[in-house]
Amino acid sequence: MKFDIILAGVGGQGVLSVSAIIASAAMHEGLSVKQSEVHGMSQRGGEVQAHLRLSDKPIASDLIPGGGASLILSMEPLESLRYLSYLSESGTVLTATDAVENFPNYPPLEGVLAQVRALPRAILVDTEKLARQAGSARATNMVMVGAAAHLLPVKLESLEHYVRTLFASKGEKVVEINLKAMAAGRAAAAAR
Amino acid sequence: MSEMVLLGDEAVALGAVHAGLTAAYAYPGTPSTEITEYLIRYRRKHGGPIAQWCANEKTAYEEALGTSFAGRRALVSMKHVGLNVAADPFMNSAIITINGGLVVAVADDPGMHSSQNEQDSRVFADFARVICFEPASHQQAYDMVREAFDVSERFQVPVMIRLVTRLAHSRGIVTVREARAESPVKRAAEPRSWILLPANARRQWRALLDRWPSIQRYTEACSHNTVTQGAVFNDWGVITTGLAVNYYRENLEDLGANPPHLHVGAYPYPAEAIRTFVGGLKRVLVLEEGYPYVEHALRGIVPPATAIEGRESGHVPADGELNPDIVRGILGLTPRKSLRVDGMALPPRPPQLCAGCPHGDSFKAMTTALAGFPDAVVTSDIGCYTLGALPPYNAIQSCVCMGASVGMAKGAAEAGLHPVVAVIGDSTFLHSGMTPLLDAITADAPMTLLILDNKTVGMTGGQPTIRPSSELEGLVRGLGVNPEHFHVLEAHPKHDAHNTEVLRRELDHRGLSVIIAVRECLETIKRGKGEKVAAKA
Repeated sequence: MKFDIILAGVGGQGVLSVSAIIASAAMHEGLSVKQSEVHGMSQRGGEVQAHLRLSDKPIASDLIPGGGASLILSMEPLESLRYLSYLSESGTVLTATDAVENFPNYPPLEGVLAQVRALPRAILVDTEKLARQAGSARATNMVMVGAAAHLLPVKLESLEHYVRTLFASKGEKVVEINLKAMAAGRAAAAAR
Repeated sequence: MSEMVLLGDEAVALGAVHAGLTAAYAYPGTPSTEITEYLIRYRRKHGGPIAQWCANEKTAYEEALGTSFAGRRALVSMKHVGLNVAADPFMNSAIITINGGLVVAVADDPGMHSSQNEQDSRVFADFARVICFEPASHQQAYDMVREAFDVSERFQVPVMIRLVTRLAHSRGIVTVREARAESPVKRAAEPRSWILLPANARRQWRALLDRWPSIQRYTEACSHNTVTQGAVFNDWGVITTGLAVNYYRENLEDLGANPPHLHVGAYPYPAEAIRTFVGGLKRVLVLEEGYPYVEHALRGIVPPATAIEGRESGHVPADGELNPDIVRGILGLTPRKSLRVDGMALPPRPPQLCAGCPHGDSFKAMTTALAGFPDAVVTSDIGCYTLGALPPYNAIQSCVCMGASVGMAKGAAEAGLHPVVAVIGDSTFLHSGMTPLLDAITADAPMTLLILDNKTVGMTGGQPTIRPSSELEGLVRGLGVNPEHFHVLEAHPKHDAHNTEVLRRELDHRGLSVIIAVRECLETIKRGKGEKVAAKA
């Protein structure tokens, strides 16, 4: 079993937290994990990507080869299209629909979303609305963890455990909001 | 034995702790920053070893040298260009008789994700004549650091650990071993070996050259330089260094063959092992992350009958990072099929200053003040504010190395350009800006120095500056700046008109002016609040 994930988004969207939760859950279940991150200059509102590799065998490269990814998990719709050359022919694109239009020539959003929808296996999630309903607009990344759960080679309980661990220091209320956001993401992905 | 998930940087840090580290010194720089951040957190939790940020890489290196002088183990870490700053102590420390183990962790940035160049530190290790280890995995990063301390003491030379971005900033699993205790204080047996007076230095250099064959024998036999005897495949073999081995292995299954393979992970490169390996091969492919360092050396080692294919020969791209796909193409394999869709061309999303960043306000005031001066020059420096080169600001015209803005402004002004503004951040100023300012003060150079004080080392993630913002004004005054042309402003939109006016006035002054524009980085404010919330919870 091999499951490569490209995590995409804009600097500051919490891409690395998503990656950390999935990676921890996979490790907990005895899988090999490598996770390549982006630090430094590109984190300042620019495009960011992380490569997360899960396997039941040792993993050679920290970077995912082209055509190797089972999933592109993007926090932003335009960014979900940037790394398609990494996606295997049977891979899935899962993206948040909320655009981060922080540069002048952002293409018309409807066109971007139409292009994502045209992909063979695309899942679009209105993360911001779901996160706000769960209690905090900042929980969008946990909505995405939830929406991805059914695709990942790890148990839901493991993911939930590490959501709890990640937010434990911020108090029970924050933990509950994030678990609720995760459940909302799961429901949204299942409903489509 | 327990397993941990660590960044490559953190594996180096923990490897050093478990090797009996006494002190770690560094200046932040991507992709090396997380080594010292980990050690600072470790110290908070466990009470030691010493882990400190320093004014710059040179001071950090010298402090680590002092630890070694005292007979204890020291780690100094930096990004590749930081080693240029520390080049003086680095080069000279190679001929000192190292006492306590000294490990220099240098994180290179091939592909220039967050750097001004992609220099390969293995060349620097060679230049200085020190041993260099190059890990290809997290486990190796951890293990090699530990070994590096032993080897440093055994051969009495500094040992470099060369990391690259993709290892430094990748997480993987590391099995950790039992920690070794710190070494006690023990002065060098031969005190003259640390006094590089010409007479001593000549002897020390000779002594290093005399030790060199034993060092070469060590790397020849070292387990980090390994040959995998595969089936000879069209008289062809592969040499890899560093992370290139992973990209090679990633494609091996599809190659349908298993050519003989030599991996080099410890330097000086094992010339004998290479000669033996290459013997009889018609063709050797050299895959290395960084410069064609081993490839270049090969041309002097192997007979001309063997074709050497690498970055220098044009078989591997001469610049940039390797990855599984580039290596796949080099191996002659067709690309893996991917989901290809013909769609719109995607506009790039470049990094930018945060909305509301104080640097943005300073750039706005400066650009307004400079309107009407078509010949104006703005030199700048390394930090978040380098993003002022991009739209919408288009405000700066140079970025070369830490502190260069100040000296370049003086040179450009003295060459006849006017007005000239140097824009530098607070931490970069403390790192390398004060010495060129002394030159500018002495010459009363007709330039304006604008210090952007956001009270932090912003770009690398908000480390504290070596001295607090509150001391910056006194520090600059103490250097001898004329108080009549020295101003401290608040970089805030509400002061835009006033700040522009002050700048405008100083641009007309045909001598040195210094302006500090102060306002805290939004990211550190946010984080500070977060920490307070976490503390309450």
